[in-house]
Amino acid sequence: MAIRGEYLGMGLTVDELDVENLEYFRHCAEHDFHLQACMQCGRLRYPPTTACPWCAALDSTWKRVDGRGTVHSYSEVHHAIQPAFRGKTPYLILLVDLDTQKAEPTPDEALRVVGNLCTSDGQLAPADQVRRVGIGTRVRMVFSDVAPGLSLPQWTIDETVSQPASVWRYPQE
Amino acid sequence: MPLPRQEVDATTPKYLRDKYAIVGVGETTYTRGSGRTTRALGTWAVRNAMLDAGLKPSDIDGMLSYQGGDSTSGTFISGDLGMRLNFYMDVMGGGSSTEALIGIAIGLIEAGCCKVVAIFRSMNGYSQVRIGGTGARSAAPIVGDILHNRAYGWQSAGQSFAPTFMRHMYDYGTKPEQVAMVKVAHSHHASNNPKAYYKKRFTVEDVLSSRFICKPLHLLDCCVETDNATAIIVTSAERARDCKQPLVLIRGVVGRCNKPRLDMHYQHGPISTVAGYYARQILWPNAGVGPEDIDITGSYDAFTFTTMLQLEDYGFCKKGDGGEYVSSGAIQLGGRRPNNTSGGHLCEGYTHGMNMVIENTRQLRHDADDSCPVGADGKRQHTYDYREGGCRQVKNVEVSANLGWANPSTASSMVMRRG
Repeated sequence: MAIRGEYLGMGLTVDELDVENLEYFRHCAEHDFHLQACMQCGRLRYPPTTACPWCAALDSTWKRVDGRGTVHSYSEVHHAIQPAFRGKTPYLILLVDLDTQKAEPTPDEALRVVGNLCTSDGQLAPADQVRRVGIGTRVRMVFSDVAPGLSLPQWTIDETVSQPASVWRYPQE
Repeated sequence: MPLPRQEVDATTPKYLRDKYAIVGVGETTYTRGSGRTTRALGTWAVRNAMLDAGLKPSDIDGMLSYQGGDSTSGTFISGDLGMRLNFYMDVMGGGSSTEALIGIAIGLIEAGCCKVVAIFRSMNGYSQVRIGGTGARSAAPIVGDILHNRAYGWQSAGQSFAPTFMRHMYDYGTKPEQVAMVKVAHSHHASNNPKAYYKKRFTVEDVLSSRFICKPLHLLDCCVETDNATAIIVTSAERARDCKQPLVLIRGVVGRCNKPRLDMHYQHGPISTVAGYYARQILWPNAGVGPEDIDITGSYDAFTFTTMLQLEDYGFCKKGDGGEYVSSGAIQLGGRRPNNTSGGHLCEGYTHGMNMVIENTRQLRHDADDSCPVGADGKRQHTYDYREGGCRQVKNVEVSANLGWANPSTASSMVMRRG
């Protein structure tokens, strides 16, 4: 069955034939992050795909993945394009290297999971938190609940671990 | 099995070098608020290119165009101009489509489908469909795979490309003031281009003090959105010799060459490397030249950063030295290898790459349409004085490279030479 929800006033839909995305967001709705693991080569991939980008096998299984990682790159948006995000600026778009499968199979590879910087309850983070985050920041996954069966994975500063002495931020504030 | 960064083997028979030519170029004026349909704009530009080549409607039997649901099919443009086509196709695509369609045109002529191909892009990119995503499209429902980006406010070109730009600064120490020099250079070029939408010269300070759109992009790191159409005409070198203009030959072309994982290319690293890394492995061997042989470049400037990243990954400087290269004076008129001498997308107007091919064609004809006086023989008397309002013809230019960009993971390119 298709899932529809509204998030920040935006209509989000996953069609009933889109079984990969339905399953992905269903696990997120349980606040339990899962990715597809290939039945042939065992590698994880993100976002959901219909075959394995590593070995082209069709069959996969869903595997629980620890939602912890390091900010690989980011953008800080000051001029929102979508009406939903006006009034939410500045907001961060984070590209996070998961600890799981990092630097595999080559040193440049990682499962790079997108998300906004959020508070621990999945709300877009306020400006003082935005200013603390840069490349190298340790983050953990939280979720923004949208509808039954649909939550968005998001990131928050991981206060349970020690952060690097400094992180890289764009030089102009 | 890892996604390989393997060497590319796409070598063409060397007989394709110099076998095809661009014989006609044309455009409308660059405006905001054209007051015309994309059909009227497309017709106007294709007609200009046809007249530029000295051709009649009955000489053109192929038509290609690209668009994103924001334009008019070649069926109407060809109909309006009374052309009977032996081939036409309208493809989905934005940046990087120009060089790709030139490659397709060459293939069509080689295959015997048609003889003379007009390629156009027509768009009301300001008054109708905003490429930056502003307007009706910004509030469209978000379905399926695009939840993984649009639900995060990660939608416009600037937002989408920004992680590549930021990581380049992190990996290589690239400075904002270096990248801003791309806007400075292109704005100087535009000041010598009477048809440029923005003719004002800008400074590094102007760029860095303009407001942030999304870091690392300030307003002036981003291109202009305009209403316009552009067109070029491709045919065989043999046929080109009968046309009106000095011969401009195609040495080699790369069409929509990619990094792995186009579904979300950031899965593959290093993310500060762009598709030019792969495209150059096709371009230079097929064209039989290297970066050192190129006199002028047309590196796509949707943003200041895109120009820099491509120049770097095509090998015009060492990997990581792009910031130094674009701020060295090399890319400016009078420098070693000027880039986007018309002012490009940052200043002249936004047409998804075609205006940069038009500009390099005119440069190779030694006929840039600047404000230099026209002599008694009807030819422009270039002064090579690049002060504001002056000349923009590059002296003795023989070989050019166009580097088209769709996004960090997709690139097209082309080498042309004066015949």
